[in-house]
Amino acid sequence: MLRFTLRRVLQIIPTVVVVALLIFVIFSVVPGTFAASLFADGRRAADPQMIARLNEEFGLNKPLMERFVTYVTDLAQFDLGTSFRTRQPVIDLINDRMWASLQLAIAAMVFALVISVPLGFVAALRPGSVLDTVTMIGAVSGLSMPQFWLGLLMMYLFALQLNWLPSFGYGDGSFRNLILPAVTLGVTPLALLARTTRAGVLDVLNADFIRTAHSKGMSEAKVVRWHVARNALVLIVTTVGLQFGSLIGQAVVIEKLFAWPGIGSLLVDSVASRDIPVVQGTILVIVLWFLVINTAVDLIYAAIDPRIKQE
Amino acid sequence: MTAPLLDISELHLGVAVGRSVNRPLLKGVSFQIMPGEAYGLVGESGSGKSVTTLAVMGLLKKPLAVSGGEILFKGQNLLELPKREMRRLRGNRIAMIFQEPMTALNPLSTIGRQIAEMFVLHQGKSWDEAQKLAVEALASVRVPNPDRRARNYPHQMSGGLRQRVMIAMALACNPDLLIADEPTTALDVTVQAEVLRLIKELCAERGTAVLFISHDLGVIASICQRVGVMYAGCLVEENETSALFATPRHEYTRGLLGALPRFGSRSLHGRKRLVDIDSIIADRSKLTETRFIASRSAEEGGQP
Amino acid sequence: MRLGFNFWLGAGLTTLVILAGILAPWIAPFDPVLDADLMNSELPPDSTFWFGTDGQGRDVYTRILYGAQISLTVGIVSQVINSIIGVTLGMTAGYWGGWWDDLVNGFTNVMLAIPPLIFALAVMAVLGPGLPSLLIALGLTNWSWTCRIARSSTLSLKSLGYVQAAQTLGYGDLRIMFTQILPNMMGPILVMATLGMGSAVLSEAALSFLGLGIQPPFPSWGSMLTDARQLIQLAPWVAIFPGLAIFLSVLGFNLLGDGLRDSLDPHMRTRTP
Repeated sequence: MLRFTLRRVLQIIPTVVVVALLIFVIFSVVPGTFAASLFADGRRAADPQMIARLNEEFGLNKPLMERFVTYVTDLAQFDLGTSFRTRQPVIDLINDRMWASLQLAIAAMVFALVISVPLGFVAALRPGSVLDTVTMIGAVSGLSMPQFWLGLLMMYLFALQLNWLPSFGYGDGSFRNLILPAVTLGVTPLALLARTTRAGVLDVLNADFIRTAHSKGMSEAKVVRWHVARNALVLIVTTVGLQFGSLIGQAVVIEKLFAWPGIGSLLVDSVASRDIPVVQGTILVIVLWFLVINTAVDLIYAAIDPRIKQE
Repeated sequence: MTAPLLDISELHLGVAVGRSVNRPLLKGVSFQIMPGEAYGLVGESGSGKSVTTLAVMGLLKKPLAVSGGEILFKGQNLLELPKREMRRLRGNRIAMIFQEPMTALNPLSTIGRQIAEMFVLHQGKSWDEAQKLAVEALASVRVPNPDRRARNYPHQMSGGLRQRVMIAMALACNPDLLIADEPTTALDVTVQAEVLRLIKELCAERGTAVLFISHDLGVIASICQRVGVMYAGCLVEENETSALFATPRHEYTRGLLGALPRFGSRSLHGRKRLVDIDSIIADRSKLTETRFIASRSAEEGGQP
Repeated sequence: MRLGFNFWLGAGLTTLVILAGILAPWIAPFDPVLDADLMNSELPPDSTFWFGTDGQGRDVYTRILYGAQISLTVGIVSQVINSIIGVTLGMTAGYWGGWWDDLVNGFTNVMLAIPPLIFALAVMAVLGPGLPSLLIALGLTNWSWTCRIARSSTLSLKSLGYVQAAQTLGYGDLRIMFTQILPNMMGPILVMATLGMGSAVLSEAALSFLGLGIQPPFPSWGSMLTDARQLIQLAPWVAIFPGLAIFLSVLGFNLLGDGLRDSLDPHMRTRTP
């Protein structure tokens, strides 16, 4: 188990390196324009002197290879560069906002899990029932709904009309501020997990070993607890891991909508202001986060399923 | 005369569509199994062998439903038994082994635990005690290193071993009746013989009656005292195993036996050819019209 | 092939969106951009302005009809690009194997590690806002699953008799791929593309909502919602109708895709997100 863990953790490294390379390439295909666009706000012409100074300061006029080497060596020392705008180290900017993002993502996932898994379970145990139909209609609707729209409507209802919750912002970091963004962000994983859980449980219920369990004289409740739950969990865990990826992506929009001070809104602001070092750094951190969660999921998976450890 | 352990009479069963039964699968099947007797059911796939066993176990799934007849187990009609009572019998008094040992065990649970469940369910044992009994049960089906094997997962075992585990599980509570649905079909020939011998010996030792389902007459002959031949949802012939093999009376049984390869059998014209079942049977549609059920003689029943 | 109620509901919704987009110039009562009139701003729905007017006095109904054009263009073009990339890489990787397969596989895994919306954001950051950048960004975003499916279908098709027969007859690799393999995996690829259209429409709306996609005053459903944030208390209809349009069209694509998938292969259900 220890060796398996170590191997899975080490496997993150090459992926991160390739992603870093990919990001570098994407942002280098149009060399030199960033400094120009930084000042091209449409109101006044870009000042060539300013551009030259910026190019000088950030080494943007050096050859591509040299820039790449600098970029990689800096990365190896956890130096993500310096912001064009604020001149602060990117890593500091990200650090300041990491906690808020983590809070939001975890709260959203917990919300999604707590509702979706029991719902999917019950729906699968009574296929064709009213609850099953409602759950499945709800799931496909949840997957088709633009989350920020739902967030907007909830903001309208719960914050502006009913005045139950703050409409946006981090506030003093209280739970009340977290509710609306977390629920909004949780809707997509909720819908998907309800669907996966239902499909997974239905699959397991049709398995031969469930017939064996019934032939032992087990009650329905015990069959579910002793034999269905763990097997369905394998599928659920996989989906949770995959969902984290799109969750982080969607969080960008939700953070912006609710003015949540996470790395998502940092990314959007930096894209809008073309603060490339911050954009690069944020994306890298998001990918790393996703990979770490996926690895954790793989390890949980291996702990649940004895067949994995074998290979 | 001793009372039969299992007495199935006029069992009708079909695919239920709406309120009325649409397609009949069993058309009035009747047979009895005496305590300690090994009874074989043969027939081609789709003849209704497996659904008969599922009906006895009360494990028929939704579109399938019993539409008439009785299944008496120790004089109790299983079809009218409340769910709770039926659960108490299932696994405890009537146990079952399935065809596919590869998928019949939960892949995420140790086999020790899966056997132990039987003791927890039916004998109210604690998990610790049950675990110890499970090791004993494994030893009784001659699994080497039962201690270590109990901690194994199904994927770490061969098909033959898994089927032994299934047998250990089924016999855990010393049931009165063991239903074995093609238990050796999915196994290698050499392993088949071992598993068959195991079932035969263990059941004889404990006086457990066996309802043995197979399409393989050879397997049936080696284990059963009495055989029923099923065709298209009907029991077309029933007799003592030796009598049935010596003088098959029903056309379909003759067809089945003709399709069986025999070592060294010769007819007048030299080597007897293996025949296709359809070359013997003239008209399949008339097969279920005649039935040959030999009555039991008084001293029968029980282990020979 | 049996297609259920969901499929037909999806087909109906999709047809509605397509008709709205195509017929917009004829059935829309106003001009989506030019008919701004501050005197008429934030009017609630009535018989003239069916869905009310926005902050600049433009007819929301008209803008939603025109918005369908943008959503459809983004959905279809991006998925065509996605399918071409995914199928080309997946099919050649599965067919040729070797180092090329390893390379494609590795790259696909890396792409799967980047959340789709984040990758699209990065591309938008480089290319700047606007429809062409959106098409490129979303066209490059979602091909990894298509690639995986194309690769595994190719692997299983490759071992089938008729493909091997074509090989022994001396057919060229490309000819075998395009005449023997590609037609036999069109089903799953089509399903992926249909479901992909739904997520592309959602991504477009999200990016435009963030101000990084379609720029005002052009009527994208997403950018219409950007203004709605400020107006929601005064004029909730400005928020409700564009969102409803996104929801119903994405629902249409999703039901269509699910229905197709279920009819093609009941075992493939809800395995890929």
